[in-house]
Amino acid sequence: MPAYLIARLFSAAWVTFGVVSLVFFLVHWVPGDPVDVMLGESAASADREALRHALGLDQPLLAQWGDFLRGVLHWDVGQSLYYQEPVSRLLAQHFAATAELAAAAFVVALVIAIPAGIIAAARRGSVWDMGAMGFSLLGVSIPNFWLGPLLVLVFSLGLGWFPVSGRSGPVSLVLPAVTLGTALAAVLSRMIRSSLLEIMHEDFIRTARAKGLSPYRVWVRHGLRNASLPVLTVLGMQLGALLGGAVITETVFNWPGVGSLLVESIQRRDYPVVQGSVLLISLLYVVINLGTDLLYARIDPRIRLGQA
Amino acid sequence: MRNVSVAGLVLAGWALVALVAPWLPLHPDHIALPHILDTPGSASWLGNDDLGRPVLDRLLLGARTSFWVAGGVVSLSLLIGTLLGSTAAYLGGGWDRLLVMLLDIFMAFPGILLAIALAGLLGPGIGNLVIALSLVGWVGFARLARAQVLSLKQREHIQAAQALGSRTTDIVRRHLVPLIAAPLLVEATFAVAAVVIAESGLSFLGLGVQPPEASWGSMIRDGVRYLLVAPHLVLAPGLSLFLVVLSVNLLGDRWRDKLDVKGEMT
Repeated sequence: MPAYLIARLFSAAWVTFGVVSLVFFLVHWVPGDPVDVMLGESAASADREALRHALGLDQPLLAQWGDFLRGVLHWDVGQSLYYQEPVSRLLAQHFAATAELAAAAFVVALVIAIPAGIIAAARRGSVWDMGAMGFSLLGVSIPNFWLGPLLVLVFSLGLGWFPVSGRSGPVSLVLPAVTLGTALAAVLSRMIRSSLLEIMHEDFIRTARAKGLSPYRVWVRHGLRNASLPVLTVLGMQLGALLGGAVITETVFNWPGVGSLLVESIQRRDYPVVQGSVLLISLLYVVINLGTDLLYARIDPRIRLGQA
Repeated sequence: MRNVSVAGLVLAGWALVALVAPWLPLHPDHIALPHILDTPGSASWLGNDDLGRPVLDRLLLGARTSFWVAGGVVSLSLLIGTLLGSTAAYLGGGWDRLLVMLLDIFMAFPGILLAIALAGLLGPGIGNLVIALSLVGWVGFARLARAQVLSLKQREHIQAAQALGSRTTDIVRRHLVPLIAAPLLVEATFAVAAVVIAESGLSFLGLGVQPPEASWGSMIRDGVRYLLVAPHLVLAPGLSLFLVVLSVNLLGDRWRDKLDVKGEMT
């Protein structure tokens, strides 16, 4: 196994450990007694002791930490106080909806950003460029919890094309995916543009042009392919913003995913579920980042060979 | 650049409202049942909400909330992040490795997710909101400050200061921080936009500012239920939010180009 791969896997393992631990301490460092918060201060002391024991809060902190780490390895992150079900089962039920939404939003972002970025770079300074960059600025500035209701107002309540909320087939996916994907589309189109503009000044592009390649081949095979490298490095981070945004978008559209579950569980003070949902989304993000890094190394031999 | 001056005007208005709001004759909590969901008109410029409260008054109060939260969070994050990032990079060795490990973990969370979790666990309220957002916000500044200092610390003027026996804190404060100020300030501008959105987002989720205080985010949340009959409840706060964020981003872009800072966003 090449050295870069080993180093990257080690760092991912460390980060995973850190994420799990931070999520654990987050819940345990909350000011006030979680039992008070969950049961209210007037609860009977027997009930409090029972809950304290059920949550393992009567153990020393380090032992609880160890238990938590061990639990995570076995997909066991406790029991929901509200549903009286294992948290892992709840997460499994809600995960598909989140994955579907995030994937659809990603597709929306690519479909908008790639053509917009290319046109803006190819016709630099033109109306197209200004339009695309104007869109980009609007896209990063519009919060998804406002864009969502606006789209609902126009396309659901006004035109009646899409349902207002809920998850009922592909039609219901459109507005949430556009809402969530817009910000990513805005960032990506800008990155693709600036990256392309830089690449198109390179010598190898002049060579490609000089040897008579068609503009399409120059732009796509030589330009876009190389321009995608810097975009890819930032993409991992941007997907984190997408996952975070999914939490809010799901709430806007009543989309039954992990994000809705998280927000509802915070309101219900169902801490084990809060812990589990944060953990799931963050670990997903760690995996995505690892994936983009490995993909990057695969596309760009300079990384693999340790020359970058 | 006409856009930029318009953006400047929007932001000046935002700041002005935030500063003078306590002395304005506002009645944001005045419940007027006959005026429930009144649409904008001459009686009240932006109409009334589902409790008959004047939307304009609540909008101005929301401006104050977002302004102070953004100011507080960005100053705190900038201070903590710059201090930790530049000190760790300057000292190097174990301290730097420790910071990098910490940054790696914090960056493994999608920012808004960590903020949601923190705000949810700390409980609602403006103070907790500032704490939650600052705990997320310092990371970007620390990373940037660290990277900048790493590239600067071998410069001759630093070596000269070391040779003269200056104290580490003085070197960092007087010889390093002024040189890294430009990129940090550009980062701070974009951070203002991010925090304004995050504050409203958390309030939209019910995790931020609590009634009777007003936030643009909670106004949008309360208004969504009446989207069909009273769209102004969602349009007014959303548009304010959008204009402020857009103006901040415009200015940030402008400053980045002007100071020739290679941003992390592009």
